[in-house]
Amino acid sequence: MNNKRRSFIKSSAAAGAFGVAVSAGLITPRAVLAAWPKAAFEAKDLDSALKSALGGTTMTESSDITLKAPEIAENGAVVPVTVTSTIPNAESITILISENPTPMTATFKLGSNTDGFVSTRVKMGKTSDVIAVVKSGDKLYSSKLLVKVTIGGCGG
Amino acid sequence: MANSIKVRAKESDGSTVVKALISHPMETGQRKNSKTGKNFPAHFIQELTCSVNGADVLVADWGTAISKNPYLSFKFSGAKAGDTLKMSWVDNQGESDSVEAKIK
Repeated sequence: MNNKRRSFIKSSAAAGAFGVAVSAGLITPRAVLAAWPKAAFEAKDLDSALKSALGGTTMTESSDITLKAPEIAENGAVVPVTVTSTIPNAESITILISENPTPMTATFKLGSNTDGFVSTRVKMGKTSDVIAVVKSGDKLYSSKLLVKVTIGGCGG
Repeated sequence: MANSIKVRAKESDGSTVVKALISHPMETGQRKNSKTGKNFPAHFIQELTCSVNGADVLVADWGTAISKNPYLSFKFSGAKAGDTLKMSWVDNQGESDSVEAKIK
């Protein structure tokens, strides 16, 4: 009886180790998310977020990017933001909110047939610049807009 | 988390407009649970992919600053009515969902 119990523990321990190995291999989201730029999303200030997301902080202000957001957002939890860009060969559109605890908000990687247009809704902790950065080739183009927030959308 | 995505795609003059609404808590990890005094754990969509006929048209990396129940709209060209559009997401807790829709 006791022996059986021993061997049971042994085998279940082995199975446990095996299970861990299998699940480690099977956590496909992890593999998929290898591309998710963790450092950029966890960066606490704008410059380091830009650096790890886009590889540089040198941006050219461009009038080819139109950033649409309300001048005054009553509810910071839901701020509609629309970015329209006419810059050719745009690879990605990145949205950052400079005063948020983590400024990096989203990156939209565009396919070759995708227009330079995205519209979404973001959270804002307080009054802040909303910055849209368009990557085209090696260059970064940006546009920013100040949005005043009366009720913050981060935390309680 | 089945059917968390509502997506609509409409083609006119060669340009397709995609509008999507996803039901997801998008928890930042900074909101306090007043009952336990601890923060609600972060729970947000990290990656959203949209493809048409098997080719990616948009891949988005999201952080916690995207609003609860995210809305997304974008445009692309080169598809026609009847093509199949596939949208899927993966969140930081390993959950995922995907949906297919016909372009109208």
